[in-house]
Amino acid sequence: MDPQAYIVMSAILFSIALLGVMIRRNVLIVFMCIELMLNASNLALVTFSRMHGSLDGQIAAFFVMVVAAAEVVVGLAIIVTIYRTRRSASVDDANLLKF
Amino acid sequence: MPALSLIGMDIPTPHIEYGLLMPFLMVVVAACLGVLVEALAPRPLRHSLQLLVAFLGIILALFVTILNWAGGDKAIIALGALSIDGPTYFLWTVLLVFAGVSFLIFAERRLEGNASAFTPSAAAVPGSTGEQEAIEARFEHTEVYPLAMFALSGMMLFPAANDLIMMFVGLEILSLPLYLLCGLARRRRLLSQESAMKYFLLGSLSSAIFVYGMALLYGFAGSFDLSAISDSLQSSTQKDGLLLAGMTLVGVGLLFKVGAVPFHSWTPDVYQGAPTPITGFMATCTKIAAFGALLRLFYVALGGLRWDWQPVMLVVALVTMFVGSVVGIAQTDLKRLLAYSSIGHAGFILVAVTAASQTGNGKPADSLSSVSSALFYLVAYSVATIGAFAIITMVRLRGGESTSLASWAGLGRRSPVTAAVFSLFMLSFAGIPLTGGFIGKWSVFAAGWAGGQQWLVVAAVVISLIAAVIYLRVIVTMFFTEPKADAPVAEVARPGWTTLVAVGFGVVATIVLGVYPGPVLDLAASAGEFLR
Repeated sequence: MDPQAYIVMSAILFSIALLGVMIRRNVLIVFMCIELMLNASNLALVTFSRMHGSLDGQIAAFFVMVVAAAEVVVGLAIIVTIYRTRRSASVDDANLLKF
Repeated sequence: MPALSLIGMDIPTPHIEYGLLMPFLMVVVAACLGVLVEALAPRPLRHSLQLLVAFLGIILALFVTILNWAGGDKAIIALGALSIDGPTYFLWTVLLVFAGVSFLIFAERRLEGNASAFTPSAAAVPGSTGEQEAIEARFEHTEVYPLAMFALSGMMLFPAANDLIMMFVGLEILSLPLYLLCGLARRRRLLSQESAMKYFLLGSLSSAIFVYGMALLYGFAGSFDLSAISDSLQSSTQKDGLLLAGMTLVGVGLLFKVGAVPFHSWTPDVYQGAPTPITGFMATCTKIAAFGALLRLFYVALGGLRWDWQPVMLVVALVTMFVGSVVGIAQTDLKRLLAYSSIGHAGFILVAVTAASQTGNGKPADSLSSVSSALFYLVAYSVATIGAFAIITMVRLRGGESTSLASWAGLGRRSPVTAAVFSLFMLSFAGIPLTGGFIGKWSVFAAGWAGGQQWLVVAAVVISLIAAVIYLRVIVTMFFTEPKADAPVAEVARPGWTTLVAVGFGVVATIVLGVYPGPVLDLAASAGEFLR
C-alpha cells in the first residue's frame, strides 16, 4: 500500500485532534485530543521511517510514547486536583485568572 | 541480528563523552538524590538536606562547566545528540547561576512564619479540614527542590540538543515538573491550581505541535540531526511542503515556550497564579533555555532557509514587542504586569533572532553576532527579573503577598530602600543608561542593525519608549501616589537572609552589567557561534 496514505491519515488525525482541543470544553476530552495529536505524530514518524528506510523515526516514536505516558501522569494529577476543588472538569469554569 | 541486517543498518556502540556531559549528569544525580532524601530522611531534616543536595549539585555542575569551558573543549558528543559549544557553555553557566539564585528564594521561610511559600499538602482540597490539619502539623512539600532540579536538567538539555528528539525530550523534562510546581502555592490555591491546569493544557498542546513538526522535518530530511537537516536543505532543489510545514510547526512549539505573541496567552495567567519563587524561576530559566533552543534550531538546522523565516519572525517580533508593551500599561496586578513585560522582552530578543547576523551570513567583522547579543540580553533581563520577583515575595498584606499595584501606592515613603531597589529593576527593564537593561537593548539593536533589519530596529526603539511607560507608572505609584483612604496598604516584611542575598545579587549584577559590561559582553562575544 502506498505509504503516502498513512501520512494523509496522520494529518487528518492531527487536524481532528487540534480542532477538538479548540472546541471541546471538558478537560479530559481536551487532554485526550492532545494525546491523539501525539499519536498522529507517531504514525507520521513510523511511516516516514519506512519511506526513508532508516530506524530513527521508529526510535523517535518510542520516545514520544514514553513522554506521552509521563505527561498523562502529571496531567491527570493536575486535573484530579482541580476536580476535587471545583467539582467540575470544564475548562470554562476555571476562569479566576483574568485581566 | 537478521532483522537489522535486512534493513542494511548496524547500530554502533554509543560512545559517550562523560567529561563534557558531567554538569548535566550532576544535576540529574542531585535531583535523584533529592527523591531519595524525600523517601528516606525524617521530616524535620528534609528541608536542610534538600537544600544541601541541590546546592551541592548546582555548585559542582557550575564548577565543572567553567572548567570545561576554560579548557576550550568544543565537540558534538553522544553520537551527535548534544552539541557542547560556546553558546551551550554560556547558557549552562547562566542557567545554573539563576537556578541557584531562584533556589535561594525557594528557601525563604521567615515571611510565612517559619514555613515555605509552598502548600503543606497539594492533595488536600483548599479550605478543607485536611488542609487545616496539614498546616497545623507543619507539613511541607520539600519535593519542590528535586522537581526544580529535574526541570533544570531539562533546561540544560534543551539548548544543547543537536538533534530534534533530544530537543523534544529536553522540552518535556523542563515542562513536566514546572506544570506541577505552578500548582503548589500556599496561598490563593485556586488561582495556583488554575494556572497549573492552563499551563499544562497549553504547554502540552504546544509540545504536541512541536512533535508533529519534528515528524515532518524528519520526513523531509530523513534524519533528526540538525546539521543533516541543514545539509538536505542545500541539496534539495525545490522547496518542499513538508519542510515549510515542519518548520512552521516546530517554530510554533518553540515560540510558545519563549512566550512570543500570538502564543503568549498562557504567560500572564501562569505568572500570576504560580507561587512567586516559581514564577521567578520560570521567567528567567525557561526563557533562557527556550531562546537557546530557538536560536540553535533556526540557525543551525534552518539557517539555509532564512529568507523564508525572517519575514515571519520579523512580524512576530514586532507584534510581541507591541502587545507586551501596550497591554502591560493597562495591568493592575504586578505579577501580571511583569508577565507582559517579559513578553515584551522576548520581542526585543526576537529582533536579534530575526537579524541572523552570524559570521556565515556576512556579519560585519567587529560587531556582536545575534547569538551573543541575545545571550547578553537574557542575562541582563534575568538579573532584574529574579530580583523583582524576590521583592514581590517581600511586599505583603494580611500575611499574604500583595500584588495589586494599588496597594503599593506610597511604598516609597514606608520602605524607601525596598522601593528604590524595585525602581532600579524597573529602570533596567525600561533600558535606562547605567543599568544592565540599557546595554542589553543596545546590543540586540546593534545586532539587528548589522543584520540589515534597520526598520525593525527603528520600530523597536519606538516601542521601547512606549514600554518605559509601564515601568515609570510603577515607580510613580510607589513614590508619588498617596494610598487611597479606604484601600488596603501593603507593607514590606523582613525576609530571611536567602531572599536578601537574591535581591542583592540582582542589584549588584544589574548595576555592574550597566556600568562595566565589558567582561560579560566579551564572554558572550566569544560564545557567539554554534558548532555545526
